[in-house]
Amino acid sequence: MLAFVVRRIITTIPVMAFVALFVFSLLYIAPGDPAAIIAGDQASPADVERIRANLGLDRPYLVRFAEWSFRVLQGDLGTSIFTSLPVTQLIAQRIEPTLSLMVLTLIFSVTIAVPMGVLAAWKAGSWIDRGAMAFAVFGFSVPVFVVGYLLAYVFALKLDWVPVQGYTPLSQGVWPWFRNLILPSVTLGLVYIALIARITRATMLEVLQQDYVRTAQAKGVGQREMLFLHALKNAAVPIVTIVGIGIALLIGGAVVTESVFAIPGLGRLTVDAILRRDYPVIQGVVLMFSLVYVLVNLIIDLTYTLVDPRIRY
Amino acid sequence: MDRRTFLKSAAGAGALAATGGLAMPALAQGASAKTLRFVPQANLANFDPIWGTQYVVRNAALLVWDTLYGIDSKFQPQRQMVESEEVSADGLTWTFKLRSGLKFHDGAPVTSKDVVQSLIRWSARDPMGLMIRAIQNELVAVDDLTWKWSLKQPYPKMLLALAKNNAPCSFIMPERIAKTDPFTQITEYIGSGPMKFVRNEWVPGAKAVFEKFADYKPRSEKADWLAGGKNMLFDRVEWIIMPDAATAAAALQNGEVDWWETPLADLVPILKSHKDISVDIGDPLGNIGAFRMNHLHPPFNNLKVRQAVMTALNQEDYMRAIVGDDDKLWKPMASFFTPGTPLYTEEGGEIMKKKSVADAKKLLAEAGYKGEPVTCVVAQDMAATKSMGDVTAELLKSIGMNVDFVATDWGTVGARRAQKTAPGQGGWSMFHTWHAGADCVNPSSYTAVRANGEKAWFGWPDVPAVETEVTNWFNAKDMAEEKAAMGRLNKAAVENVVYVPTGFYLGYQAWRKNVSGVTSGPFPVLWGVSKA
Repeated sequence: MLAFVVRRIITTIPVMAFVALFVFSLLYIAPGDPAAIIAGDQASPADVERIRANLGLDRPYLVRFAEWSFRVLQGDLGTSIFTSLPVTQLIAQRIEPTLSLMVLTLIFSVTIAVPMGVLAAWKAGSWIDRGAMAFAVFGFSVPVFVVGYLLAYVFALKLDWVPVQGYTPLSQGVWPWFRNLILPSVTLGLVYIALIARITRATMLEVLQQDYVRTAQAKGVGQREMLFLHALKNAAVPIVTIVGIGIALLIGGAVVTESVFAIPGLGRLTVDAILRRDYPVIQGVVLMFSLVYVLVNLIIDLTYTLVDPRIRY
Repeated sequence: MDRRTFLKSAAGAGALAATGGLAMPALAQGASAKTLRFVPQANLANFDPIWGTQYVVRNAALLVWDTLYGIDSKFQPQRQMVESEEVSADGLTWTFKLRSGLKFHDGAPVTSKDVVQSLIRWSARDPMGLMIRAIQNELVAVDDLTWKWSLKQPYPKMLLALAKNNAPCSFIMPERIAKTDPFTQITEYIGSGPMKFVRNEWVPGAKAVFEKFADYKPRSEKADWLAGGKNMLFDRVEWIIMPDAATAAAALQNGEVDWWETPLADLVPILKSHKDISVDIGDPLGNIGAFRMNHLHPPFNNLKVRQAVMTALNQEDYMRAIVGDDDKLWKPMASFFTPGTPLYTEEGGEIMKKKSVADAKKLLAEAGYKGEPVTCVVAQDMAATKSMGDVTAELLKSIGMNVDFVATDWGTVGARRAQKTAPGQGGWSMFHTWHAGADCVNPSSYTAVRANGEKAWFGWPDVPAVETEVTNWFNAKDMAEEKAAMGRLNKAAVENVVYVPTGFYLGYQAWRKNVSGVTSGPFPVLWGVSKA
């Protein structure tokens, strides 16, 4: 197991190197000039050129890439062109809201989606199944921002149960923290619930056809025990996989959700950086998201051994 | 249903709920009356008002850094940090004296050395500063409170240059900070203004916090824009950045924020109908919509083609696209200057009132236009530029022009418009933008109206008559001479179509009714405002 983990971590290195090269190159060829944005409308071309030189943006591609890579290897993601703050500091400022949103969404979604999928498979063809799948289609079809506005209207403006926007750090209390995140988590969770519920249903339908399920039923095992202890455990591998893949969905969805609910997270940091062409921030955030994604995949692979004893590394 | 309509509906539903009497959420109940929660027009992405000249940076900087003079609502420069000034009879030497007892936020006294170094940094970046620099003999500190600026030729607009609200303003910083290269960002935010910047609470893109500076010495005169006493009645001002307009509207309705600087026009009816919200014009100087044509390349290097486009244009089409049906929010203008200001003129502006497609087609035929493509670069991420771009595309097609519509983002437009190459080789034929009305009151900070060829703003118009009148305005000795120069300047700019103004439009600001003292101005005037 340990050897597997070490091997996987080592294979992460070329993946991260490729991501770094790709992102850096993409931004290099992308149109736009942060120096022009900084200089403003009154600036002369000479002013823009001088700002560009001071920022080091006039140097050759290879020099810039080598310098950036060298710094990244030392754990330094560079400094934001606009704020002059270290990218690591900007990420540190924003990581708690995004992490909170994702964890809460994950908990909320899995708690709802897995029982929903199991129930739908168990009662396949019934109104429960159809209702669950209609909900899944709704979750997939309705844009995140529409759901966000509707929920904000009903639960923040009309019922006044929760705030419309903002984020309260966990250090200021669990309830204020939770209160701010309820709507964003539900908003972001809908598509995730839809995804997990559909996969759970499909996998469970397959498992429920297996001989051992029939045998268990013949032996008088209770429905609940049969569904959640026997069948679900054997259906768990694809479900865990889709939960992991869904992390990417969450990262993408967080960008919109954070904007709609004015949450100061990494999604908004990324969008702001892209619009301003704040290259070091974009590179840093994308690199970090890639690392997270690679690590999530590793964790999923390790989780397989917990849900299926036949899997050994 | 498009996104714009949806936003309106969602926020509208919020207003309906609010009329039913919404209780204040716990978040607002706990907020102190000494804290103002303000939603600015944009993100405060950097905080060096000389290095970065975006208006949002200027607005935040006005809280932290003070200026030597301040412009008032009559466009007159008034003393602010300065106690007195004296100009020699030949107009070549200016001697200034600071008010005594002024302090920076770190407790150090403000001295003339700080002023001199700050002016050196400012004058390297500001158009008026650069003019003064070009005729400067010497800028030196005489004693702790006095400094002298001697020139090679008179500069009658000296006080205006030091008082103006156009970015970059001549903010005074400690000498050690002002020594930073003007093309490199400062990293210490110490000023002598009424508020201190709380750096450790700054989350760019989300929040910026300012705290009252206890040692600030406001002037005794009544506050009037940048002039007079800047009495801060809040202990703390929080700028809360909200990229989503519908969220900002909902937060204001819910009492989670106190003041929204620039509500989306579509959402204003909802805010107006809310019992706890006041809505009024924000900046009375508004904005001038514009598109610029590239004078270096066909087809717009041909004056008749430019005149054809201006002849066909109907400003109402543009203004309705930007502000909707609210007639209070826009005015037609047969001018390049801000309507309603003392020097406004429509001299020579008849062609801007024509709106004749037939005449435009005739002019186009006379120009020998042969269907050369017009590369129209339009930023889609800015509501105003997108709206104007759509109208322009239809306008050009209606007079028979061949439009190559390039939909992109503002970051790309910002870089592409600097390209002087032909449109087919990475350049451009036209792009849309807007100018703050405050910049278009007179030629002092109006870069866009300049027509000095290679040195001119993007589009690079070369019209000596315009430049002559700009010089005449700067040298004018009284209001009558200024007005005469402005009239001739407008005529020359219109005749040669330096660029095309698409109309004058205003925007609203909205605030909770428990906030009092909110006034209109070319920037959010936070001093004198309080909250119950």
